[in-house]
Amino acid sequence: MSRSLLRGGGATLAVVLAAVWAFPVYWMINTSFQTPASINRLTPTFFPTSGTLSNYQSVLADNGFLAGLGMSLTVTAIVLVLCVIYAVLASFAIARFRFRGRTSFVLAVIIVQMLPAEAMFIAQYKMLASVNLLNSIIGVSVIYLAMVVPFTTWMLRGFVAGVPVDLEEAAMIDGCTRMGAFRRVTFPLLAPGIVASGVFAFVQVWNEFALASIILTENDKATLPLWLRDFAQTSNLGVTEWGQVMAGSVLVAIPVIIFFMIVQGRMAQGLVGGAVKG
Amino acid sequence: MTTPAPVADPAGSTPQSEPPAATRRPRRPRRTKLPYWLIIPAVSTLLIGLGYPVTWQIINSFKEYGLAQQFGQPAEFIGLQNYASLLTDTVFWTIAARSVAFMALTALITMAIGIAFALLMKAIPTWSRIVLQVAMLLAWSMPIVAQMTVANWLIDDRNGVFNYMLSWIPGLDMVGHNWLVEPLSFFGVAMTIIVWASVPFVAFSVYAGLTQVSDEVLEAAQLDGAGRFQTLRLIIMPIIRPVLVILLLLQLIWDLRVFAQIQLLQDFGAAGERYDLLGTYIYGLGIGQGQFGMASAAAMVVLVLTLAVSWGYVRSMLKEDKES
Repeated sequence: MSRSLLRGGGATLAVVLAAVWAFPVYWMINTSFQTPASINRLTPTFFPTSGTLSNYQSVLADNGFLAGLGMSLTVTAIVLVLCVIYAVLASFAIARFRFRGRTSFVLAVIIVQMLPAEAMFIAQYKMLASVNLLNSIIGVSVIYLAMVVPFTTWMLRGFVAGVPVDLEEAAMIDGCTRMGAFRRVTFPLLAPGIVASGVFAFVQVWNEFALASIILTENDKATLPLWLRDFAQTSNLGVTEWGQVMAGSVLVAIPVIIFFMIVQGRMAQGLVGGAVKG
Repeated sequence: MTTPAPVADPAGSTPQSEPPAATRRPRRPRRTKLPYWLIIPAVSTLLIGLGYPVTWQIINSFKEYGLAQQFGQPAEFIGLQNYASLLTDTVFWTIAARSVAFMALTALITMAIGIAFALLMKAIPTWSRIVLQVAMLLAWSMPIVAQMTVANWLIDDRNGVFNYMLSWIPGLDMVGHNWLVEPLSFFGVAMTIIVWASVPFVAFSVYAGLTQVSDEVLEAAQLDGAGRFQTLRLIIMPIIRPVLVILLLLQLIWDLRVFAQIQLLQDFGAAGERYDLLGTYIYGLGIGQGQFGMASAAAMVVLVLTLAVSWGYVRSMLKEDKES
């Protein structure tokens, strides 16, 4: 009796906490469908009953948004493609071979993941400035690539190690080279790992703000996070158009939320690693 | 630390000396250059994107960037002077201490709430657990810029829903209150947002750890007369301890790098030294004032601090690599 009461109380508490945790996200969506009149009323509108799409229409017609979207998509695509290629090769090396310098490489891969942007960005800014790559797609891509390759390599290493070497060796007996065996046998089996780690890299690059705010200072080179920051600040005669700003936030967040739902299980696994086994 | 070139490697010879590893792994002891070719792209990326900047930073933390350098003079070596003036500067110490306190407090609160959530998730019916999980996933997946923008709208002094709801409390009228003026309140806001965004990861991971605790063990403890609290303290905690340690380390590392959050909050609210943590302080020194030598020295301090905090995590990851 008291046990079921306890469970009922726990369930109620969980629902309340869920409401608290989801509230900011709900409020973002709620506001994005409201007219300035209902937003600026003294009593907040808790449900967008008389909703409008005009905020989304204005954002989608905003040149800054479109430029930011283009910039974000370009940078993300370049980084993602190169990152996956580099990481697949490197993960094959560290999962399948013992070689001199391997431990150093693995150590570097792990430590680099820990480095905060604030410990590096002045130096990265100066480096790009010295070769005239500030405000360029190449410059920001180079830095982002170094930021995501380590985690992707580390995550894929686990997937490569999960494919039995015997499969590759059988292919080699049948006449494949070492590389050919990897490409024909192991690589196709890595698809789930590539999707998972690729999504993670996507989210990191898509969301990145710290470096972008330093490297990409020109307006027409802003990625979406920078655009949103500026958009929230360029208020109309001192009044921020919160409806449009929230519509912008929704549009920036949506791809991440979708991808996140796909791989969230794996992300926790990759970070906490084997600590749970036992 | 970012020079993973195949130089002399003391640990590299250990796999051969361990008999089980030697018979399992390097089946073909024949020397092959293939792994080196495979890591060239990754290594060169790291060298360009991180190795070169770190080297530049170390060198320039010993150089002077003053007024003359802004007019094109090359910077001069001044030895440890940057570090000396940094470490004797009370502003730097205040900000460094504030950053460490912010990091520790945020990480501990996140851990406490995350563990409590995980325990709750274990005790409640499935439907309510899924409701909580979906809500947390939404919070977890919000991009930082969106988080901060929405937070700023929530606490907007005039039309923000937060002040409005607080005013439901009888006798309290918060409408018009600006939460970003008072520094303590500013950091309270920052901490709340960061905790809100980080609890899901901790809760999910601890919950995953809790599901590994087998029911038989718990039943046995119950038969032996252990109460709820005793079971938690003596059975469950020791089993999930490794997870908790790693999570705490990750939270500490992540809560030290909160440049984006603080910068965005400053953009919306008040800016200045009183609202700085190390990240925004370095930004102000380097990008704001062009004092690249001082900024490099301060960045080196953050780098060392990060490495000190993350050493435990790095070791456990290396161990995992050895085991697989």
